[in-house]
Amino acid sequence: MELFLQNFANIDSLVKIWPLLVQGLSLTLLLSLVSLPLGLLAGLTVAVTYSFGNTFSRRLIIVMIDLLRSFPALVLLILIYYSLPFFGISLPGFAAVVLALVINNTGYYGEIFRAGIESVPRSQHEAAAALGFGRGRAMVYLILPQAVRRVVAPLASNSLELVKMTSLASLVALPELLRSARVAQEQTYNPTPLTAAAVIFFVMLWPFSRWVSQMEKKALKERA
Amino acid sequence: MDRILENYFNLAVMAQALPTVFDGFLVTVQVALSVIAIGIGAGLALALLRCAENPVLNGVISLYVEVFRTLPQLVILIFIFFGLPYMGIRFSPFLAVAVGLGAVLSAFAAETFWAAINALPKGQWEASAALGMSRMKCLFYIILPQAIRLATPLITNRAIAITKGTALGVAVSLQETLGSAQSVMAILANPSPLTLAAGFYLLFFIPLVIASRIIENRMAKTTG
Repeated sequence: MELFLQNFANIDSLVKIWPLLVQGLSLTLLLSLVSLPLGLLAGLTVAVTYSFGNTFSRRLIIVMIDLLRSFPALVLLILIYYSLPFFGISLPGFAAVVLALVINNTGYYGEIFRAGIESVPRSQHEAAAALGFGRGRAMVYLILPQAVRRVVAPLASNSLELVKMTSLASLVALPELLRSARVAQEQTYNPTPLTAAAVIFFVMLWPFSRWVSQMEKKALKERA
Repeated sequence: MDRILENYFNLAVMAQALPTVFDGFLVTVQVALSVIAIGIGAGLALALLRCAENPVLNGVISLYVEVFRTLPQLVILIFIFFGLPYMGIRFSPFLAVAVGLGAVLSAFAAETFWAAINALPKGQWEASAALGMSRMKCLFYIILPQAIRLATPLITNRAIAITKGTALGVAVSLQETLGSAQSVMAILANPSPLTLAAGFYLLFFIPLVIASRIIENRMAKTTG
């Protein structure tokens, strides 16, 4: 037990590496704060385009969404980060990670918003038209508010996944929380920084993860 | 345009890379299947154990579920591969990924199966008791078949999302699709192997994504 504590919860090395971890945490938060709204916006745009589209553009969007969903985020990130330099374009790590996360989540958010918009009954569109709403105004004021309410649970769940995915940045040498912990671990020859990073991630994400699971349970109950 | 062809779709390079990347793809398929088998099997077992309503056991299972559902997959893999050896526990890259991602999927699956079991109306249990069935018999013959149906769309989506995480194996030097493509790319100084890897991922995941769409549509229809 003592050996265990010394290895995995070593106070001395924790004090030493704490500033490094705090720095990492702030980069993790920044990555999330930039990627999350951009991803939501991109997904929403795709979904609204779908609902205004004709049969052909609708098919095209579905194919695009499925392609994006079939692609591991890390493959996208590696493709962006390691292959663009062959064209003389070198994107900084931060931009590459944000771009990869946004492209990847456009597929997920797009599908979620799309399902939400589709689930609003046809009669709502007709009623809006009868009241003299244009299609754009009907979408913004009548359809979207109802659509979003129906998909809050998957939206929250996907947003949590997006924040968790920021840890991929550690693989392109961006010093976010996980990467900082790895660096600290190599300096101290001690896995305490890894434990600390895991604890920080857990404390930070757990409330959201509980909230998401409550909402998923409610959704299941409604279907049963 | 020529540069795009030369860098991303260089057939000569691709031909050279194909054997290595294909070997990597076989590893991806093996890890993916192991993750799904471990995840769904352990998840169902944990959900059934919770039905025993032993408070200590329930506490332990809840903790396990919360931890593996909340932590980013990469943090878990890094901890297993670089942290646990300090305790004398060593996993091969293959096992680290299979066990790590399997644990993540099992946490989600346990939570979803358990939620589905609870989402079914209490009257099902009461009716089975009235027909003289034991609780055990009721669980296996009446409750579980319905719960599994209810949980299937959610778990399919999770399984696909988590299986895509096998690309994270790169971080623990597993020579799967992405990892082997990256090493060939470094040797040949051309990113076409990455395109090849991307193609293999699409080949594997597009059918799964389409299958999940079909399952979702069917569920939406039967529940109205």
